[in-house]
Amino acid sequence: MTAIIDYGVGNLFSLKCSLAAIGEESLVTGEKDEILRADRVILPGVGAFADAYKKLCDTGMDAAVYAAADAGKPLLGICLGMQLLFERSFEYGEHRGLGLLRGEVVGMSGRLPAGLAIPQIGWNALHKTKESRILSKTPEGGYVYFVHSYFAAGCSDSLAATTDYGLELTAAVENGNICGCQFHPEKSGGVGLDILRAFCEMEG
Amino acid sequence: MITKRIIPCLDVRDGRVVKGVNFEGLRDVNSPVALAEYYSGSGADELVFYDITASAEGRALFTDILRETASRVFIPLTVGGGINTLEDFDRVLKCGADKVSVNSGAIKNPALIGEAAKRYGDQCVVLSVDIKRVDGQFRVFARGGRENTGIEALEWIERGVDAGAGEVVVNSIDTDGVKGGFDLELLEAVCERVNVPVVASGGAGSIADFVTLFNSVPEVSAGLAASIFHFGEVKIAELKRELAKNNINVRL
Repeated sequence: MTAIIDYGVGNLFSLKCSLAAIGEESLVTGEKDEILRADRVILPGVGAFADAYKKLCDTGMDAAVYAAADAGKPLLGICLGMQLLFERSFEYGEHRGLGLLRGEVVGMSGRLPAGLAIPQIGWNALHKTKESRILSKTPEGGYVYFVHSYFAAGCSDSLAATTDYGLELTAAVENGNICGCQFHPEKSGGVGLDILRAFCEMEG
Repeated sequence: MITKRIIPCLDVRDGRVVKGVNFEGLRDVNSPVALAEYYSGSGADELVFYDITASAEGRALFTDILRETASRVFIPLTVGGGINTLEDFDRVLKCGADKVSVNSGAIKNPALIGEAAKRYGDQCVVLSVDIKRVDGQFRVFARGGRENTGIEALEWIERGVDAGAGEVVVNSIDTDGVKGGFDLELLEAVCERVNVPVVASGGAGSIADFVTLFNSVPEVSAGLAASIFHFGEVKIAELKRELAKNNINVRL
């Protein structure tokens, strides 16, 4: 059973549906006890980093994430949920993150070659940079759906895949039981469902 | 590298897909959920559901359909039509929409774009604009293309993006339903003005029109169409193969 952390951010309905489609039972919850009873945990998120981090703390879900991580449960951050796992973000100022992964979140603006739209919205190919459990069922070059204006940098120790958008952007990360996808696996067709399958097969 | 997106648009009224020519004379086509599954299976990169229902019953039917689609189709869903308030955003986002497109609602209340972007993120807010040339000027039309607002279109789009719209759908009324190709002149003008993804809509009649679109205006991120897909005049799988043959990067 997978707990999807509800802290008032994001489209959780699709995520729950995508897990149901691969036969994984899930629970959308903001209760720490329920999260710690789950076999694995997903931290979703869209919107702005600082707002989301504040909501995470205000709802006490930051403590739930730390407890789940400490208990060794597989933890998957998706999109902004992945970005929250890093040490800090420079989205509209400098903000601290959960610090479960080494690295920081920086903006595309000013870093991309001219002519590329920001945000990156659309399907782009994954290039694996190491063997990982989260991408164990994903072919090199598999297409997934991205929507973001910021990306994780300085995370070579967890980097599992990049995607080429003028720069090699962090697409997936994994370090022990902590993993993350910048893209939306629940919106990435069959390739995305296979990534969720791989996550649901991870043991703590 | 990022791929060009092909997006079928489903106009939904009272639970059924309809599509008009030049926004008039709607014709019933198919079940939205069945059509969405078919398109997803044939390689559509995203789906747009446009709610043209006026009644509360129709609106409830629409959210049922949205929920059912989101539970069976795992590609991005954009929802538009009747989005006037943050509550409307909330209603469709809870039912599985990933992005919400505002059109007349933003004309009536321009602050809606900024408020929605602040609450749900820029990536969630799509500014959809119906544009027609009036005396050689690009003008914004409201109410499904029936009413000239007098607003200068490029300026309107720039303001919307500054306020937080993360994507722009450019519907050319001049080319819509004519099947003579996309409005390249308008699209080029929009792409010069803003740096967010631009989706081309209105005018596609053949595979060649999409090839011309992406070759002539390479900044355009996606091509959107309705009836040519619904009536099978252009098959999405075949369209994407042809785009790939023409060295246009697509997800196959």
